[in-house]
Amino acid sequence: MRIISRSRFLIILWATLVLSSCQDHDDQVPQDVTPEFVWTQNWDGTTLANADFDSTPLTNANGETLRLSKLVYLISDITFTDAQGVSYTGGDFNLIDAREGLGLNFSPNLLIPEGDYTVSFRFGFDDEDNAGNYPALNSADGGWNVPMMLGGGYHFMRMEGKYMSTLTIPESEVNFQYHTIRAADTSTAPITLQDTSFLVNLGQVTIAENTSIEVKMNVAEWFKNPNTWNLYELYTTLMPNFDAQVMMSENGVNGVFTLGDVTN
Amino acid sequence: MKKSLYLGLLLITIWSCQNDDGPTYAATPLALDVPTFFATSILAPVIPSDNPQTVEGVALGKQLFYDPVLSGNGTQACADCHLPSNSFTDSRQYSVGSQGDIGTRNSMPLFNLAWNFGQRFFWDGAAQSLENQIFEPVTNPTEMNNSWPNVINSLEATVIYPDLFQEAFGTTRIDSVRVSKAIAQFLRTLISGNAKFDRHLTNNTPLSPEEARGLNIFLDETRGDCFHCHGNPNTPLWTDNRFHNNGLDAFFTDNGLGGVTGDPRDDGLFKTPSLRNLAFTAPYMHDGRFSTIDQVIDHYSEGLVYSETISPLMKNVATGGVHLTPEEKLDLKAFLLSLSDQSFIENTAFQNN
Repeated sequence: MRIISRSRFLIILWATLVLSSCQDHDDQVPQDVTPEFVWTQNWDGTTLANADFDSTPLTNANGETLRLSKLVYLISDITFTDAQGVSYTGGDFNLIDAREGLGLNFSPNLLIPEGDYTVSFRFGFDDEDNAGNYPALNSADGGWNVPMMLGGGYHFMRMEGKYMSTLTIPESEVNFQYHTIRAADTSTAPITLQDTSFLVNLGQVTIAENTSIEVKMNVAEWFKNPNTWNLYELYTTLMPNFDAQVMMSENGVNGVFTLGDVTN
Repeated sequence: MKKSLYLGLLLITIWSCQNDDGPTYAATPLALDVPTFFATSILAPVIPSDNPQTVEGVALGKQLFYDPVLSGNGTQACADCHLPSNSFTDSRQYSVGSQGDIGTRNSMPLFNLAWNFGQRFFWDGAAQSLENQIFEPVTNPTEMNNSWPNVINSLEATVIYPDLFQEAFGTTRIDSVRVSKAIAQFLRTLISGNAKFDRHLTNNTPLSPEEARGLNIFLDETRGDCFHCHGNPNTPLWTDNRFHNNGLDAFFTDNGLGGVTGDPRDDGLFKTPSLRNLAFTAPYMHDGRFSTIDQVIDHYSEGLVYSETISPLMKNVATGGVHLTPEEKLDLKAFLLSLSDQSFIENTAFQNN
């Protein structure tokens, strides 16, 4: 066995110390990985880009022609569940502004072993999360929170635009606000609340080191199934409309979100 | 010998991990006086990393804000159109420049600017930061009508400014960037958070019946629905700091944001002003067309006009608006006035003294 001198040993030790002390400690070989989500939006398969907002005419299931002005929505509780039933969740949320292109790429705050998982997320907040205080959301879009007199909590989605009304003379555009929140009936005492957020199960996905998961939102589905949305009747003041909130949730859970491309 | 070697190696080790960009001069850090309920409800104020708040920087900014030396003919200071007594706007429809020229927009009030998370300033969003906002009025011919070289020459010729720049930035060298940085630091200290409604939130100061009913109208989607643009009790800014066409005109003589972006979808969009301090900030709207709060409420109640870019948040445009009753209008006005902060306009720390 070769014996190194004390001074040579100290120089080697010093060199190691210098190199290690200036290293970025995050560049160690990761044991686990963080998948990325890419949120995309389309209208029955046709991609919605910034240029389509306040521009491209769209036709909903009820036959009304509309233009979208805004589409902002909240995702929470992204969860990966392995074959043994072990679940991983970052416990965070993501606000997506489709027109402004904000939040379209999101990596939840978690590290998971590579492998096969059932992937799910929640549209909006469940009651537990809805009771929290989130400065980032209070500061977003003029205040993403919902006034207490409308049930409190947070908006799940703000979709806004204009539809062409044939009832006005002459035919003209009418504003609509398709805002989803927790359903609240303020006519009762105490106020009646119903959780209208919903879970979306994307199915099984193989997670590797650089996995990117596309989640598609078909915006047309919000107007389609099971409730054919009639904008003439339901175009405004939907936040305090308990039944409308339940109907929007029913439409949302039925095919609005689907798994898109998964890349590694 | 070996000890020296080891000591040298140790020093190299320590030196090798030091940040080479360390400043050679550091002014005195100054934390913003952020109301507690701001800190718990919204994000932290936006302070650029290259322009931290300092005692000396704020003092210099305040000195510059009140000094007519920034104008071409030495007659007009920032404060001439942004008076403390008016919540740092003025009472004219259009501000008058140093040469007597009349502008085309209403002077904007100045407070809580550090919480403009979108970082677009002016009615049309033309400035991308608070520092950037300060550049434009100095050289605008209808405002201060000066040139930056002339500003710098004027400041360098004074007795006080080289020393004040030395204290604030560690150099007597004056330039437009440091001038705007200093004024921006002062403007970030203009924090308004002590209106009656703020005290209602923090200390349970009771609202009058009219104010309480007005708050309900403000938050009620079937009536005021003001909150989607102006926030709610959890968002103490009372503005979304975004841009909307609020149905003022069928045709535009001023394209607002569209004039900046070149995007026709932005034509007629102007920045949402905060509803704080309305008692001091008349007249209202980007062109100061409304001289009273009553006229503003009437506009949203009966006066909305359709145009292609009108905000989808404007309700019942075809019939002019939501048609509040006279009693509802009075209640809404009472609530709006509860957002005015007398202590802000009386704060001597913000005044020229």
